[in-house]
Amino acid sequence: MSGLQYDVAIIGGGVTGAAVARELSRYQLKICLVERAEDVCSGTSKANSAIVHAGYDAATGSVKAKMNVEGNRMMGELSRDLDFAFRRNGSLVLCFSEDDRPALKALYERGVANGVPDLKIISGEEVRAMEPNITDEVVAALYAPTGGIVCPFGLTIALAENACDNGVEFKFLTEVTNISKIDGGYELAVRDKEPVTARFVVNAAGVYADVFHNMVSEEKIQIVPRKGDYCLLDQEAGKHVDKTVFQLPGKYGKGVLVAPTIHGNLLIGPTASDIEDKEGTYTTAKELAEVTAKSAISVKNIPYRQVITSFSGLRAHEKSDEFIIGEAAEGFYDAAGIESPGLSSAPAIGVYLAKLIAEKAGAEKKTDFIATRKGIPHVAAMSREERAALIKERPDYGTIVCRCENVSEGEIVDSIRRTLGARSLDGIKRRVRQGMGRCQAGFCTPRTMEILSRETGIPMEEICKNQPGSEMITGEA
Amino acid sequence: MTHHDIVIIGGGPAGLSAAVAARKAGIQDILILERDGVLGGILNQCIHNGFGLHTFKEELTGPEYASRYIAMVEEEKIPYKLNTIVADINKEREVTYINREEGLVTIKAGAVILAMGCRERPRGALNTPGYRPAGIYSAGTAQRLMNIEGYCVGKEVVILGSGDIGLIMARRMTLEGAKVKVVAELMPYSGGLKRNIVQCLDDYGIPLKLSHTIINIEGRERLTGITLAEVDEHRNPIPGTEEHYSCDTLLLSVGLIPENELSKGAGVSMNRITSGPNVDDCLETEVEGIYACGNVLHVHDLVDFVSQEAALAGENAAAYVKNGKRGEKCHKVPLLAENGVRYTVPQVLNVDTMQDTVTVRFRVADVYKDRYIAVYYDDKLISRKKKKVLAPGEMEQVVLKKSSFADYPEIGRIKICTEVE
Amino acid sequence: MEVRNLICIGCPLGCPVTVTMDGDDINVTGNTCPRGADYARKEVLSPTRIVTSSIRVNNGAIARVSVKTKNDIPKSKIFEVMDEIRSTRVDAPVSMGQVLIADCAGTGVEIIATKDVERA
Repeated sequence: MSGLQYDVAIIGGGVTGAAVARELSRYQLKICLVERAEDVCSGTSKANSAIVHAGYDAATGSVKAKMNVEGNRMMGELSRDLDFAFRRNGSLVLCFSEDDRPALKALYERGVANGVPDLKIISGEEVRAMEPNITDEVVAALYAPTGGIVCPFGLTIALAENACDNGVEFKFLTEVTNISKIDGGYELAVRDKEPVTARFVVNAAGVYADVFHNMVSEEKIQIVPRKGDYCLLDQEAGKHVDKTVFQLPGKYGKGVLVAPTIHGNLLIGPTASDIEDKEGTYTTAKELAEVTAKSAISVKNIPYRQVITSFSGLRAHEKSDEFIIGEAAEGFYDAAGIESPGLSSAPAIGVYLAKLIAEKAGAEKKTDFIATRKGIPHVAAMSREERAALIKERPDYGTIVCRCENVSEGEIVDSIRRTLGARSLDGIKRRVRQGMGRCQAGFCTPRTMEILSRETGIPMEEICKNQPGSEMITGEA
Repeated sequence: MTHHDIVIIGGGPAGLSAAVAARKAGIQDILILERDGVLGGILNQCIHNGFGLHTFKEELTGPEYASRYIAMVEEEKIPYKLNTIVADINKEREVTYINREEGLVTIKAGAVILAMGCRERPRGALNTPGYRPAGIYSAGTAQRLMNIEGYCVGKEVVILGSGDIGLIMARRMTLEGAKVKVVAELMPYSGGLKRNIVQCLDDYGIPLKLSHTIINIEGRERLTGITLAEVDEHRNPIPGTEEHYSCDTLLLSVGLIPENELSKGAGVSMNRITSGPNVDDCLETEVEGIYACGNVLHVHDLVDFVSQEAALAGENAAAYVKNGKRGEKCHKVPLLAENGVRYTVPQVLNVDTMQDTVTVRFRVADVYKDRYIAVYYDDKLISRKKKKVLAPGEMEQVVLKKSSFADYPEIGRIKICTEVE
Repeated sequence: MEVRNLICIGCPLGCPVTVTMDGDDINVTGNTCPRGADYARKEVLSPTRIVTSSIRVNNGAIARVSVKTKNDIPKSKIFEVMDEIRSTRVDAPVSMGQVLIADCAGTGVEIIATKDVERA
């Protein structure tokens, strides 16, 4: 291997990096994934609409369109193989005015051209028959039965765990500060740690992908963080709509969506504002108000009193408005500008890039690739018999720690002990939903901290919400 | 399926008092289900004093108050299960619980007493803009970490909301060496008891800013600061009033919400104002044989009143188990809360079967000075009592006498309201 | 003559009381019970408070035992009392009412446990 540590180094443990890692791990390659945070799924992948788009949005022939349609097609089987939560709930794009009908028709035609199956334009009455809470103003909608909702944490973590099971090394708290071309590959300089060397580099660095790209390529790109604020509502509001409800860009400008989440909450948002700060994951009063106002255009009587949290995510928007996927410099592969529909496209991007790199490397497929992965049992969702049997075997599945989401101590222990186990409270939360519920971790925080400390040996004072610097307590009283 | 005469959901102050009262009323077969590892509920972390003046005529700390009731439960040998969480209750009063020893078990109850308490409103419910760093705690979570686990949650503290837990934590953190910079309250009045403002804030020179809220939260990993602003009468921030506070900790004491997920599952109808079940004067919900008391019914200021209320629920559940359902033709009279009275508990009075006196508890909607609390039977004024000060943070009560209904056999409603003159 | 308006902290009623001081003559109005008068008189002459806190327990089933001053202590001594409470460690088991500090910070007041803590 010409003295280099790895065949492939992937920068970024978001859904794209994890998908590339998983697909590359099919080949006989020595791979590492470096991630700045303490866990995978810590950037854009953790704060988005959690939607698997059908694929009618992007321009026909674009990389976005291809990856979206292919990623959507793959998602069902992948969710079964890797045991993460996904449902094809279908999506609606609402049209509020007769004047906008041509635009709706154009969207339909673009979808058909992109290869989206089963698209249909339906009338306002049909929409309301399907979704009784849709506003009376709606005159028609584009219905896409293949649209879906997914747990973005579940998808990313499943891909990463499976990659890890197949030999990919994950290096957390590893921030790449520079990339230089060396003989036969690249050297990644890492803050406060030894550099990493590899023949090939995959740049899946989200909002920072332009920084790394521009270190090796003369053809500069620019990624603008496009901030989106969301509100998440209590599960009591989760059945307010069943389908993902979009708004056709039209007389109200670019709209927001109203959608159930795969775990039964209701999600509304996002806004879109271009900012400069790549770490600017703050919400603003103005944008939160915009989310509320715009969502009310689509859906009646949203119980805004039941908002349990709001959050903001940054889409990695590239100026060209297109995914940049491919070899940017000799042996340096971009997966840049992966904004929406990035989550939907990730599986397809993974397959595409892995194939490209494996061919270039001349790598053979492994014979012992593990294609499936089993998730953490969700005890509360099991049948009575299954649950009883499990508690008998492992009594800690019988101790409920998070009462809002019915998460047992056993599940929290699993989230820590398993492959790429959680090392922070947010890590546990994303794996088993502890603290995701209506009390927002008010009751279960102390107990969860104790379990994390006990299982990992991390002293209580060093237990973090997420990255170092986010310690929960300041010392003994 | 195992049967128990009375199953009590929750072993906090309400559940314990209900159990003791039910036993004294002659019910042998009682079971308390408690999700924590000890009895006593939230009192265990309320280590400050001020409990029990009504019940025990002395001032106790939370753990001491709890221990008195735990001792009664032990003395009466009332069975309880710890570390046991109830997963489901249905209309047929089948209660499903989970614990590590038994797994998933369903039992049938003659009567169920809901005594699950309440939870704190989290930051998310406020929709406060900004980052989501570590260092933001609901006051009760911080209280538990400090008083039970023994950890300090921070050094420089801002508290949003002037609920009692927030005020108590302002003093507690100050005593432990933290600097509490300000307590901000959205409303023009405090949500906590006056005595707590005196002994928790004034004693330590901690400013209380009424009509203020937090409009921004800073810090990516750990909290580094917040921006406070004054609000107008519509509770909207007033531009130009922004003040920045650096802090590593933000405690929220912005309201308590009765935890009624199980009640809703059992089909119990809920009151929009209290967020607790609608109950009659027996504290029976609209589902037969299911009773509610304590903070799951409506949020109380004083544990003494929780104990009183729960004892009533225990006695009535016992009567139900022994005598079955009360007469179908009962004369049920709704209680209406009007003109500055936000709600009443109970919401319905059974005039025929009521005890000699029924205590009606309620809260007012705003701070009022020199107002009367008036009770009307239909349109007839029955009683009027002047109060120097009424405040939403302090629960009020009126007592209705059975004898007073003798002259009103056809009464259609009872109205409780405030009046200026 | 000096007049001071106080809120009684004797019980949760929080009665507003007025203290009129004329030399040694102290008059209290506004209280609804004798406790209010006692409180007000004390508050203007030498204010006192009950202090509650917790003390670290060695080998206990839980890390802290909650404690209180058995009687009220001078308000000015609160932080000295806290310093002594914070520097104290006790061994499990601890029982409710047990004296954990005999004479706290020279106040002559005992610090007692307000709960039981068993050995781990």
